[in-house]
Amino acid sequence: MFKILKYSFYDLMRSSWSYVYFLFYLALGFVLLFLNNDVSKAVITLMNVIVVLTPLIGTIFGVMYYYNSREFTELLLAQPLKRSTIFIGQYLGVALSLSLSLIIGLGIPFLAYGLLQSNAIFNFTSLLLVGAFLTFIFVALAFNIALSHENKIKGFGYAILVWLFLAVIYDGLFLISLVMLQEYPLDKFSLIATMFNPIDLSRILVLLKLDISALLGYTGAVFQKFFGTNAGMLISFFVLLLWVILPALRIIYISKRKDF
Amino acid sequence: MIKIKNLHKKFGKVEVLKGLDLSIHSNTSSGGIVAVLGPNGSGKTTLIKSILGMVIPDKGEIKLQDKNILKKHQYRNNINYLPQIANFPSNLSVKELIKMVKDLRPKPTTDNNLIDLFGLLPFLDKKLGNLSGGTKQKVNILLTFMFDSELIILDEPTTGLDPISLLNLKKIILEEKQKGKTILITSHIMSFVEEMADEIVFLLDGKIYFKGTLVEIKQSTNQKDLEHAIAAILTTTNSKFN
Repeated sequence: MFKILKYSFYDLMRSSWSYVYFLFYLALGFVLLFLNNDVSKAVITLMNVIVVLTPLIGTIFGVMYYYNSREFTELLLAQPLKRSTIFIGQYLGVALSLSLSLIIGLGIPFLAYGLLQSNAIFNFTSLLLVGAFLTFIFVALAFNIALSHENKIKGFGYAILVWLFLAVIYDGLFLISLVMLQEYPLDKFSLIATMFNPIDLSRILVLLKLDISALLGYTGAVFQKFFGTNAGMLISFFVLLLWVILPALRIIYISKRKDF
Repeated sequence: MIKIKNLHKKFGKVEVLKGLDLSIHSNTSSGGIVAVLGPNGSGKTTLIKSILGMVIPDKGEIKLQDKNILKKHQYRNNINYLPQIANFPSNLSVKELIKMVKDLRPKPTTDNNLIDLFGLLPFLDKKLGNLSGGTKQKVNILLTFMFDSELIILDEPTTGLDPISLLNLKKIILEEKQKGKTILITSHIMSFVEEMADEIVFLLDGKIYFKGTLVEIKQSTNQKDLEHAIAAILTTTNSKFN
């Protein structure tokens, strides 16, 4: 598996897209930090970008990589390798190279700004951690979709739809349900509903880290009570981990049954 | 060598293999080249990919050297496969690709001879994305023949090759045959098959329609060359169906 990972990673690290992605984060980091001069404001803006952009890029890269390397995958399938080795190797290669672009791209401006001396370092690390998680989650979802659809256009369509659903539509439905059910106590419902969307979960994790949950009113207090504790943090990271592991297991499951 | 029993495969509603039985024995002294022929959609590629484990059959069994191979992967260390379309990661160089495949199959290789033979030396440091189709096919052939394996499977090996490389390819195939290897070829170029093959397996409608030597297929259809013999088979079966 590590061999496949290594070569997928090399291949991607040399593609110009990885550099564009890296340079984008580098520029974003420098602009936000040095024009804003306020680390926590920069972190909030970055969070808003990361929470939407990393899933989108992960989805598109995942689907594109799978379809582009189809013939090469066939070559690998003819080698004495297990199918799970091939696909998990490729998946990790894509997810790792994207995560590295993110972490290094944002890490450099923050280091240059003198982050290590400020107390925002924990907020920043949790931001990067969440970004990496989202990348791993959405690349896995993209691989799942691409593996189940031979037709590239369909695969691309469904992948974008999943992103759109989790990034935009889910929040809309969530809000509508909150308005419609406002007579009932909704704190538990909203907590659970948050868990089912990795993007929402990541956003709330970062927001609560920033100590601005007071702005969120009563619900914010409930969330703070839950996520603010160590147990809450652990549970939410565990849920994020599940969001990575379950799609990854499904990659193995589908790939074992697929004809190439 | 290869023993296939009652192989079934459906893709959606289309039944491609309908209880195919095939056994190929090679006399270990001289090896053998077996050509798998058949009209488009007759199941040639599905058959080959089933042997390679890339297509998972619905029913039936495949044995290589008396060992069941379905759902296993280690046996592929003993098969060299040349896929129909060559496409590699565009950002790796030829050298890196060769290194990688060697890395995945820990076996002695003869890549240097083949690099010389196909004149690939100037391309070694070039990225695979920048190579022409024909050069990619040469790299593909290099990757296939650099290992010493009992079974060699070639899917349309002549695609995109210039005349000199084609001659070289024929030379390598014959050399491998001399070493006692079993070589399975699919091709639509009948002159190539007629020149190379010892035995013909003709697939029709998901089953083996004919299996025998070149001479036998020509005799049974009363034709002088393979192209006409195949055409004769197809017209007689068509009239039977109509």
